[in-house]
Amino acid sequence: MTAPKGWEAVIGIETHVELSTESKMFCGCPATIPDDPNTACCPVCLALPGALPVPNQKAIDGIVTIGTALGCTINESSLFYRKNYFYPDLPKNYQISQYTFPVCEFGSLEVPVDGEPTTVGITRVHMEEDTGKSSHVGDGGGRIHDAEYTLLDFNRAGVPLVEVVTEPDIRSAEQARAYGAELQRIVLALGVSDARLEAGSMRFDANVSVRRVGTVELGTRTETKNVNSLRSLQRAIAFEIDRQVKVIEDGGTIVQETRHWNEDKGVTTSMRTKEESEDYRYFQDPDLLPLAVSAEWQERVRASLPELPASVRARFADAGLDANTVEILVDSPELAVLFTEAVAAGADGRNVGNWLTGEVIAHARREDYPLSESKLTSRHLVELAQMVDEGKLSSSAAREVLTSAMDEGGSPADIASAKDLLQVSDSGALETAVDIVIADNPDAVAKVVGGDMKPIGFLMGQVMRHMAGKADPKVVQQILRDKTKG
Amino acid sequence: MNVSDLADLSIADAAAGLRSGDFTSVELLEAVTRRASVTEAQLHSYLTLDAEGARRAAGAADAAFAAGEDRGPLQGIPLALKDNMCTIGVETTAASQILAGWKPPYDATVVKRLRAGGAVLTGKTNLDEFAMGSSTENSAFGETRNPWNPRYVPGGSSGGSAATVAVGSAFGSFGSDTGGSIRQPAALCGVVGMKPTYGLVSRYGLIAFASSLDQIGPFSRSVADSATLLDAIAGWDRFDSTSIEGEVPNLAGSLDKGVSGLRIGVVTELMGEGIDPQVKAAVSSMIASLEGAGAEIVDISLPSTEYALSAYYLIAPAECSANLARFDGVRYGHRSSSEGTTEDMMSLTRAEGFGPEVIRRILLGTYALSAGYYDAFYGQAQRVRTLVRNDFASAYGDVDVLVSPTSPTTAFPVGERAADPIAMYYSDVCTIPSNLSGDPAISVPVGLDDKGLPIGFQIMAPALGEEMMYQVAGAVEQLAAFTARPELASSEVVAP
Repeated sequence: MTAPKGWEAVIGIETHVELSTESKMFCGCPATIPDDPNTACCPVCLALPGALPVPNQKAIDGIVTIGTALGCTINESSLFYRKNYFYPDLPKNYQISQYTFPVCEFGSLEVPVDGEPTTVGITRVHMEEDTGKSSHVGDGGGRIHDAEYTLLDFNRAGVPLVEVVTEPDIRSAEQARAYGAELQRIVLALGVSDARLEAGSMRFDANVSVRRVGTVELGTRTETKNVNSLRSLQRAIAFEIDRQVKVIEDGGTIVQETRHWNEDKGVTTSMRTKEESEDYRYFQDPDLLPLAVSAEWQERVRASLPELPASVRARFADAGLDANTVEILVDSPELAVLFTEAVAAGADGRNVGNWLTGEVIAHARREDYPLSESKLTSRHLVELAQMVDEGKLSSSAAREVLTSAMDEGGSPADIASAKDLLQVSDSGALETAVDIVIADNPDAVAKVVGGDMKPIGFLMGQVMRHMAGKADPKVVQQILRDKTKG
Repeated sequence: MNVSDLADLSIADAAAGLRSGDFTSVELLEAVTRRASVTEAQLHSYLTLDAEGARRAAGAADAAFAAGEDRGPLQGIPLALKDNMCTIGVETTAASQILAGWKPPYDATVVKRLRAGGAVLTGKTNLDEFAMGSSTENSAFGETRNPWNPRYVPGGSSGGSAATVAVGSAFGSFGSDTGGSIRQPAALCGVVGMKPTYGLVSRYGLIAFASSLDQIGPFSRSVADSATLLDAIAGWDRFDSTSIEGEVPNLAGSLDKGVSGLRIGVVTELMGEGIDPQVKAAVSSMIASLEGAGAEIVDISLPSTEYALSAYYLIAPAECSANLARFDGVRYGHRSSSEGTTEDMMSLTRAEGFGPEVIRRILLGTYALSAGYYDAFYGQAQRVRTLVRNDFASAYGDVDVLVSPTSPTTAFPVGERAADPIAMYYSDVCTIPSNLSGDPAISVPVGLDDKGLPIGFQIMAPALGEEMMYQVAGAVEQLAAFTARPELASSEVVAP
């Protein structure tokens, strides 16, 4: 939703992305988290006395890749800081993070909202390490204070984490969701993270404030945490906008605080206020030298960037697709590849696009199999498009061929002939059929001859019935027109 | 002095004797163990004696010699480690209740290198808790005493490592130096103590006090032994990002070159007010001797040293406030048994586990980093640090090395400064500047005061200037001809 009438929402989003590197950020432990708790740990990620961090170059490569894709300036020298706070799943009781001089700054992201492009500024993209995982047992809302006891698993401690921070440029819950979705697409396209929201390898914090339309001054903001899906991101922000407007309209004031999104109840609740909030006492980590990312390194990353969603989107739009179809294709890597290959081989983009986003998706859903299991190839699509173009298949017959190709594979021509779906465009057979229909329907023919073209559709339908649906309608229409000319 | 006792040999002589078959490593170990059995009751220089591990290592060294294997000059030599270096399976406490009983699952890089070189590690020496102090009185397990007079402190924080070498319960030892914690106790115990260039020796496995200042370095009874010990542990380590890649300075070759033609700067700020007259006299006399040996002596002013002590006591506590945050009772070490919330558990664990000086520094550092105070304290201290570096850099444009007293006074009586932190902090006034600049420095004994307590002479050199520094140290050692040994070292004649 957008804010209630007379109000404007100001939203910024912080996104944490776990990188799928082989090893952790500052030690050699595996970054893929095993199920067995506390089995991927060493002196460094457990913060044993005397252990020291050494940065993972692959992780730096990952953040530079993300920053470059977001159009950021990459700092040739950036600094690691210690962010100090006590929590049992933070082994050192400080997190190695960045503060001034992050790896990437000053980027932006084009975010389509309802087909309209909007721009969201990226303040910074910085490198940090993940914490361990707390499981609070015997509690109400997943918080340590209500727990009977807490189990700690340090397998995740030290996994490389990239934080992407936006400018407060977002104005609606929908736009926030669209931003989250686009960032997820980019991260997936870059292949630097599996970006699974439900698994927590990508997670959002939303900073929300509201102000009356026309005011420049920002309202007091809240930060909402525990948002685990794009849908929750939209819902949580919508709730927060609504709540804040109501509080102010009822004469109250917004408290600067951290709030917790409760998915089940669909509400945000207060976690801690600014007064209770921590002073992180950031200072440069003396265990780590300034991080150097040379111009050559930056260039190497830039040169190896894959195609990004925005470019894919533009390419698909150029192929004649409407915004809706484009979005569906951009969100489905398998279909996007089929589309790209089919169009490159000369198939008509609109037909292929409509098939893929219509019948193909619908059929896979009906039959309950993932698109990756479909046997449809881009060659099939090219062939199918050509057959439709040449009048050999009706559009409904084409859909039937398509689903069969998905299930069984095989060339569309073979499928069509095996299923007896090929259209008749031989004018001899069609002329005979048209003659019969003209003879059977003198009233309608008279109207057409008299210049009233309305009954032509009816006459077409009669011819098609005669041909059991296998006539090329274009040819039929042409013959009908010729034969009913005054 | 019982010169025939093996425990009094230099490392160089012990290494030669092992190779000529005069004695075995097991015999060397027995000699220092026997010495410890006499002296420990008065000194308390060790927190843990690893008798079994040491015996195994000595046996292995003897077997290696018998098999013709030679892994270098420390093979078979009994050496001690300050108890803030991790040793696999051997209790490592940093002299703190919070780590009492903790046995590391890994060896510090320095320890690994010493083992690889065949050294025999006798045990873990006493220190001020987490290396915070200048007298070794801040140990949670009881103070160490000065071998020259047990009513006096040995200096600190590596007081145990200094005392054990002075008295002969190890042939050499290692300490850590954050603000003078090797050099000052070396001076107070009459041995050679050296802090390397920051990054020359890996800090991996050294329990951190202040990461940007900490360096591990050796104690020995001779300058040549110091070079041998440093050589064994120096060099790049992939587990320490701040360790320096590249060639390690050549140390042993420079010791006999003398000082003729060298320019030696005397730091005027460290030869004035606050320096004990007897210390000043001994240092001045050595400077005159150096001049006599052909060195050119010039006065050098390092104006920022006036602020170095204050800057240090903001930077070091700030870093320690984060470094010591990991001791929370969650994963290892002491955990409070009191009932309560998680926060209660963590804060009570820390309140019970840390001693008063450690708590004082954590509070100081936390405050210095707090929002609204950062710039005035930590930020300002960092600016002073830059000034200190600049002062040194411009001085080294003019002279080869700088010299000063190591400590403003000789050893002070146990308890004298315990209640006065500022007086205690002043003990490090001469040593702290080199930690802030990251440059190497060494303390060489040059004499005794009228109470029979040793006086140390400090030589400072530019980063990676260890070769030049040892060259001057070798000359100082010769000129001083300091051969006195504490009486305790020969007291075993009366022992059973």
